[in-house]
Amino acid sequence: MDAKSILDEIGRDHATWIVGSDLAAIDPWIEVAPDGLPEVCRVLRDWPALRMNMLHCVTGVDYFEPDEKKAAKVDWQPRVELIYHLSSLVHKHRIVLKVRLPRWKGGVEGALPEVPSVAGIWSTAAWHEREVFDLMGVRFTGHPDPRRILCPEDWQGHPLRKDYQPPSEYHGIRVK
Amino acid sequence: MTTERNEPMLVEQDVHTDELLINMGPQHPSTHGVLRLVLRTDGEVVSEVVPHIGYLHRSAEKIGENVSARQWVPYTDRLDYLAAMNMNLGWAMTVEKLLGLELPERAKAVRVIMAELGRISSHLVAAGTYGLDLGSFTPFLYAFREREKILDLFEAACGARLTCSYIVPGGVTADLPPGWLEQCEAFLDQFMPTVDDLHAVLTNNAIFIRRTAAVGVLSAETAIDYGCTGPVLRGSGVDWDLRRDGEPRYRELYAGYRFDVIAPVDGRYPNAQNYPPVPREAVVGDSWHRYYVRMIEVIQSMSLVRQAIERYRRTDGPPGTPIKVAERLPKGEAYLETEAPKGQMGFMVIGDGTKVPWRVRARSSCFSNLSVAPVLCRGGLVADVPAVIGSLDLVLGEIDR
Repeated sequence: MDAKSILDEIGRDHATWIVGSDLAAIDPWIEVAPDGLPEVCRVLRDWPALRMNMLHCVTGVDYFEPDEKKAAKVDWQPRVELIYHLSSLVHKHRIVLKVRLPRWKGGVEGALPEVPSVAGIWSTAAWHEREVFDLMGVRFTGHPDPRRILCPEDWQGHPLRKDYQPPSEYHGIRVK
Repeated sequence: MTTERNEPMLVEQDVHTDELLINMGPQHPSTHGVLRLVLRTDGEVVSEVVPHIGYLHRSAEKIGENVSARQWVPYTDRLDYLAAMNMNLGWAMTVEKLLGLELPERAKAVRVIMAELGRISSHLVAAGTYGLDLGSFTPFLYAFREREKILDLFEAACGARLTCSYIVPGGVTADLPPGWLEQCEAFLDQFMPTVDDLHAVLTNNAIFIRRTAAVGVLSAETAIDYGCTGPVLRGSGVDWDLRRDGEPRYRELYAGYRFDVIAPVDGRYPNAQNYPPVPREAVVGDSWHRYYVRMIEVIQSMSLVRQAIERYRRTDGPPGTPIKVAERLPKGEAYLETEAPKGQMGFMVIGDGTKVPWRVRARSSCFSNLSVAPVLCRGGLVADVPAVIGSLDLVLGEIDR
């Protein structure tokens, strides 16, 4: 099944959750509203024609330009984008899901944006979402074990954010 | 048969003693690097395993946002440092996907040769160290002796033994030197007896079978649910290999090659009559099958290298043109998974029109393969934990990135 048919299949009953798509991209993607993510994912996994039984990767991208001169020239809105790579071992097709989040919840700097966890749908997501939380600073609501995974538990900040400033020292160890 | 924890003589299931938390690693020899496991045990039985990772985290993805695509190649060497060629290949093909580059046949043949030699050397380390984990020293020496010869071949081709940086976006850094193909064929000609030796000392060894058969059984459903890939997935009886089932761009690399995907389907392996028999005690999805899949893949890879050498000889001209160090990346996103020795290694690159990628992502196969370890170890014996972890063939450089 190609990306167009996959989009049509979800769109039949769940069109309200689909807020965008680009089927001509190198890897065709469908953008889902954050609140509709678990429902769309369940459809993708369970419907016989779709059967996306493997979640390959969950990752985040920070769209933010700290440099003011460059920021005036960019053609996108600041945001955090989550990317989910899915495929079906049954039907041998694949699709990319995207979710756009504000960089900070309610625009308050330091308040992490929230999105429902899909760890209950694919167990792979549990560790991948921990990594996105750790490095990108996104809170996954309903996650079974919302801890950092790669950085130490008392680490401050989320290193893959474009405006991240590393601390000068960590427990007396020079960092910079 | 093996974890005889239902046998009252060995493990007293009914007697509950105090729970004990055991810290295993990060400097434990059988954790293959710096993995730390916290085991919650009751007597000999493990009730919970909590992996702690990140000891080898080097911010590889963040570094990728500060160097050009070509400059990031050496960082991929340090992901799965036991199969650097395969990591180079994954990144190179992802960047080529974004750039829309097509490669000449000669470059494809060199890449298949290197990727399959990398697979052989990675699987040799897996088998050798797995023997060490289970208390057998000899296979380690056999495996590493042969691996040295592969590393010599890598050194002759690109100057480096471990951190090759040989396969780069656009091609490879240099054509194979004169005499290299003959040296490679000489290696393959003398290699098969070592595989047979490994089968003799491990595969059909009664002690090895008792330590691994029916230990850490992973069902196909659980494997897919946890995103396990590579020999871990195929050992559970899922007939899936990206070299045959992957994206067209990657599949084309292997188009026209004859090889079997090694996975037990209905308990039987393809061309099983050519390989050592499966012991009665083994259950599909257990540690023994994961080990066995790797060992048979080594034989497939030998055949693939020979076929690729034939193809290479039929081509001429340079093996591709590597992209410039300051090559501009177009706007767009590309994600590609390749079949690395330990599983499906995925790379993503997001270009923004400058030479430095906006975002670089490395999706690690071992990361997902390790995440299933708590399920496999739960309810087993403490002594089986190294047997299960070893059978997953983890490399922490790739997990922590």
